[in-house]
Amino acid sequence: MKLKTLMLGACSMLAIAGTAQAQSTTLTIATVNNGDMIRMQSLTEDFTTKNPDIQLNWVTLEENVLRERVTTDVATKGGQYDVMTIGNYEVPIWAKQGWLLPLDNLGADYDVDDLLPSIRSGLEMDGKLYAAPFYGESAMLMYRTDLFEKAGITMPEDPTWEFIADAARKITDRDANLSGICLRGKAGWGENMAFLTALNNSFGGRWFDENWKPQFDQPEWKESLQFYVNLMKDAGPSGASSNGFNENLTLFQQGQCGMWMDATVAASFVADPKNSTVADKVGYAMFPSKEGVDNHGNWLWSWNLAIPAGSTKADAAQKFISWATSKGYTELVASKESWAAVPPGTRTSLYENAEYKKEPFAEPTFKAIQAANITKPTVKPVPYIGGQWVSIPEFQSLGTTVGQLFSAALAGQTSVDDALAQAQQVSTREMTRGGYIK
Amino acid sequence: MARTASTGQKIAWTVVAWVIALVIFFPILYTIITSFKTEPEAIAGISLIPSGTFQNYIDVETQRDYFRPFMNSVIISLGSTVLALIVAIPAAWSMAFSPTRRTKDILMWMLSTKMMPAVAVLVPIYLLFRDWGLLDSRIGLTLMLTLINLPIVVWMLYTYFREIPGEILEASRMDGASLWNEIVYVLTPMAVPGIASTLLLNIILAWNESFWTIRLTTTNAAPLTAFIASFSSPQGLFWAKLSAASTMAIAPILIMGWFSQRQLVRGLTFGAVK
Repeated sequence: MKLKTLMLGACSMLAIAGTAQAQSTTLTIATVNNGDMIRMQSLTEDFTTKNPDIQLNWVTLEENVLRERVTTDVATKGGQYDVMTIGNYEVPIWAKQGWLLPLDNLGADYDVDDLLPSIRSGLEMDGKLYAAPFYGESAMLMYRTDLFEKAGITMPEDPTWEFIADAARKITDRDANLSGICLRGKAGWGENMAFLTALNNSFGGRWFDENWKPQFDQPEWKESLQFYVNLMKDAGPSGASSNGFNENLTLFQQGQCGMWMDATVAASFVADPKNSTVADKVGYAMFPSKEGVDNHGNWLWSWNLAIPAGSTKADAAQKFISWATSKGYTELVASKESWAAVPPGTRTSLYENAEYKKEPFAEPTFKAIQAANITKPTVKPVPYIGGQWVSIPEFQSLGTTVGQLFSAALAGQTSVDDALAQAQQVSTREMTRGGYIK
Repeated sequence: MARTASTGQKIAWTVVAWVIALVIFFPILYTIITSFKTEPEAIAGISLIPSGTFQNYIDVETQRDYFRPFMNSVIISLGSTVLALIVAIPAAWSMAFSPTRRTKDILMWMLSTKMMPAVAVLVPIYLLFRDWGLLDSRIGLTLMLTLINLPIVVWMLYTYFREIPGEILEASRMDGASLWNEIVYVLTPMAVPGIASTLLLNIILAWNESFWTIRLTTTNAAPLTAFIASFSSPQGLFWAKLSAASTMAIAPILIMGWFSQRQLVRGLTFGAVK
């Protein structure tokens, strides 16, 4: 009798536990360790209070590890993640592979038309949204207003590379450890090649012609790469070939750069008086273009939330994505922290907000994002989409290989001509191997 | 005849040893120093004097849960080491005391599995783990680390066992000891220094293994390696926090290594002088 009672009790406990588990859904969210993402994690109580049946588990990883990790999982349908943070480089490739679920149930008040058209267009396939942007960025020019004033130079709103090169050489003061310009030099498809691809776009060049033939043997690449190497030699910091975003950010914050061209998200860091010694002396302008070429590089990046096809919790995942990328979330961040802390570059309404417009970087960021068009990155026709990257799976490895060649040219280990010849050879081989060149 | 070194020579050798030790230890020391700096200080350049802030440790603790990955690291590294020893002791015994013509080949083959880059088998392993429901589980990770470190464990034990005279085992057999008794009561006690150093080294290897521990886990089984990886960032200043996270992750193994250094050194130099 006692045993029977015990068994019955145990069964009821199990049943209760089972029901409780069935009611509660746990979402596993993979994300990068960026300031905006960390802030989101600290604010999720707002979401879980509104959705008590959904629990959140966070997996935060370094960008490259995360990319490799989620690619493995999504390609093998491992089902380890319910929401993934991916770039706009991955979205079209993964959507085409059938690796992502369409976001068709984001709620009535989501206002999908409020998403910035340039960002949204990179996340759609056949009219369906496959990822929702969490924050977006383009590239712009950040410069030291005090140094420009001292040198008697006025920065135009829409500068040309010729102007930038002159100004950089004038400002450079090697004795004072001041470089006229800081640009990325560290090898990597997301490091120096992001900048150099945008630079080459603004010179009228392209990665591939309409038949996927690499274009490193064309005059635009020669001109843009030579321009970059010469400029960095005359006005760049020492050891520039190992500088990426973080290194240049530090140099700029410490007052060792006259100008810096990089992602718009940098603006909130250089304007932060807690970490930057030049916070009140920073001006912003458009990413330069070459005289006679109407192109500002078309740099466009967004970190987006997407649901892998292997997830069995798509409904709950869509609820979370809707919350994290909504107008309500931006208001939540503004109320808990400040308007400067709101994730930028995804919604038109943010740039119409009078409070947000007071931030000095809001308007230049908006202009830079609006000017970017990843479907037509350069003046000549191309068979790919992508501004500072090319939307083919081979680009990560090819971009990094070419990045290493160009980084070596910057370091003076090889000539510009040799680097371009090798880049042409390597990319022709890879594109032939990949079946792009018949 | 033993050579006697002069006091001057002794001092010189001591200085050399200290310099080498400092060079080897410097990255860890600098990580610890950086963890007590503010973010702008951390990235400003080489400086050995931190401002002494504890803010990074507070931030790391509030941002992420330390206890769960710590427990996962303990369970996975201890579990995989014990499992590896259970398999490796009989294997090394048989190879050391009953070698065949192919023993050397088997040993080389076992070691050759370590020569392949791990990423080459990532997808097959991932698929197996997915199908067996082992992704993000401590059992899966324990098995994986056991298999990864097994060749090294077998090799180390084999080397130690070879130093033990076979005659002693023969004597125990003549006294009527069974195979089990021979391994447990005769061989193992004699090889304790070797087994201890193998155990310690294997724990350290398992604790620090980052390729599989990051790739086969998400949240439930993620150990301290995943905890550190979560503080690396492509955009922004996180060096001081990353250093604090690293210090917290290596502290347990560093302390364990410190207390067991006598056994480690004894085991690693076991049989070096005949």
